[in-house]
Amino acid sequence: MRSALLQWLGPTPLSRRHALWGMALVAPNVLGLMFFFGIPVLMAFSTSFQRWNAITPPEFVGFANFRRLLADPNFHQAFLNTLKLLALVVPGEVVLALLVAVMLNQPLRARNLFRTAYFLPVVTSTVAASVVWTSIFQPRYGSLSNLLAPLGLGEVRWLVDPGLVLIPIAVVAIWQRIGFDMVLFLAGLQAIPAELYEAARIDGAGRWQRFRHVTLPLLSPTTFLVVVLAVINGFQIFDQVYIMTLRTVPGGVGGSATTLTYYLYRRAFTNSEFGYASAVALVLFAAILLVTVFQLRIQRFWVYYEAGET
Amino acid sequence: MRRLMSLRRSPAGGLSLPGQMLLYCALAAGALVMIMPFVWMASTACKPDVELNKIPVRWLPENPVCLGNLQQLYTTSPHFNRYMLNSALVTAGRTLGQLITCSLAAYGFARFRFPGRDVIFALCLGLLMVPFQAILIPEYMLIRKLGWLNTFRALIIPGTFSAFALFLLRQAFLQIPLEIEEAAIIDGANPLRVLWHITLPLSVPALAAFAVITVQAAWNDFLYPLVVSSTPDTRVVTIGIALLQGERRTPMNLLMMGSFLATLPMLALFVLLQRYFIAGISMGGVKR
Repeated sequence: MRSALLQWLGPTPLSRRHALWGMALVAPNVLGLMFFFGIPVLMAFSTSFQRWNAITPPEFVGFANFRRLLADPNFHQAFLNTLKLLALVVPGEVVLALLVAVMLNQPLRARNLFRTAYFLPVVTSTVAASVVWTSIFQPRYGSLSNLLAPLGLGEVRWLVDPGLVLIPIAVVAIWQRIGFDMVLFLAGLQAIPAELYEAARIDGAGRWQRFRHVTLPLLSPTTFLVVVLAVINGFQIFDQVYIMTLRTVPGGVGGSATTLTYYLYRRAFTNSEFGYASAVALVLFAAILLVTVFQLRIQRFWVYYEAGET
Repeated sequence: MRRLMSLRRSPAGGLSLPGQMLLYCALAAGALVMIMPFVWMASTACKPDVELNKIPVRWLPENPVCLGNLQQLYTTSPHFNRYMLNSALVTAGRTLGQLITCSLAAYGFARFRFPGRDVIFALCLGLLMVPFQAILIPEYMLIRKLGWLNTFRALIIPGTFSAFALFLLRQAFLQIPLEIEEAAIIDGANPLRVLWHITLPLSVPALAAFAVITVQAAWNDFLYPLVVSSTPDTRVVTIGIALLQGERRTPMNLLMMGSFLATLPMLALFVLLQRYFIAGISMGGVKR
């Protein structure tokens, strides 16, 4: 028994010592990770098959929570809202960040100053940012309605109108992500060899053609990373919804601003339906995983990797 | 990172003068939109109540009352400073904790062979794929079971372990040539001494980049504290602001003052350590 254990650790006393050191070094973080995050991952599956209100003991209910999901109009709405928000946020942030990065990649004076301005929102807390944007989107006294007043739109109630409320939420999300994506794009742009542009120019390619046939294909691995991260982040939007609808109707009028994350939070911590909320969480996780896997599968159709890269 | 910082000749070729003007105008207009909320926040924070509901909107306060509003904020939210302090404590605790546990583990994974190493490392990386929202409920149940609700333990201890930091630091340590460490090992230094005297000093840029990202994420964290803490003595500043926002009577100027105070430390940190923020993001491509 003892010798088997020793053999398992290593063939010589020196290698065993080495193995023990390695194990001791990784132990605190690994054990902490497994306890505080690994166990909850396993629990996430079991609780979604239970009914639990945090007071009486949990009760096993089989697939009841998932059957309820299928028939729950509020869940359908939250799912749809999440997709709509993704449709606004992902293209919005990626296109704007690419545009800014391409412009900042030119030889400019005050380049760092511009970069700082675009990056500043990234370091701001989403809660504080959402409070500020709530004020900007106020119907009468907000700065936006003041700017839009000449257009004669009348009083636009951005955060109350169920058809509009996702727009301010998307604006805050995009505003906070542009700088993040921009930094990744800038790193990608600077890795494109200048000779390629030179060669394209000698071949008579104009500015747009160089962008279209040199920049975009060579930048596509970066674009892929940015899009994948943007989607994952978009699925998790919570703070903006929580803060921006807090003063009117939490979750938006008629649930119009409720995203999946917000819905599971409310189900669990307002309605004490922890089992049901866990089922929603599982769907959220599955959706993120599926979309990410799908993107990995289709990347070969549009992402250009140079030989040797993977 | 260096390359990102350096001004490089444009690969796209020189622009004509009108082209340059257009570029500057577009960039400046965009930057103005990005900065506008900060201006609005600072200016509203200093407006007296009567100026809040004026039409057309005043972009700058006519009679600024910054200090008055600050005092008013402390009257409305008497524990606001306490919340700031709590946030600072939680941020410092998580960042220091991660620096310790993750650099030890990263070193262990980078430089040692032991049975099951690669499987354990893969398991840790697998955790990176799980979005926090997906395990919010079991996390809450675990904290509740431990009896940690409304404690600093709950706010700090789980945050001292990180798969992301482990991954980043391991990458950084693998960049260091093995020969430098081997010389010390032959001299009889134990692994902790090697880590402390050689590996860590050589990884300072990576450690700093990872630390600023961690500080930023911890200070701005909202959903997790919202779930595990509900008493004033463990309340962090993001929750404090949410409470002000939820109270419909709180006037805009005080809300903006609160947001301003909560934003200021991160803005200051960013201005001082900008290059590490940028490096941290380029390094990981992930924020956590």
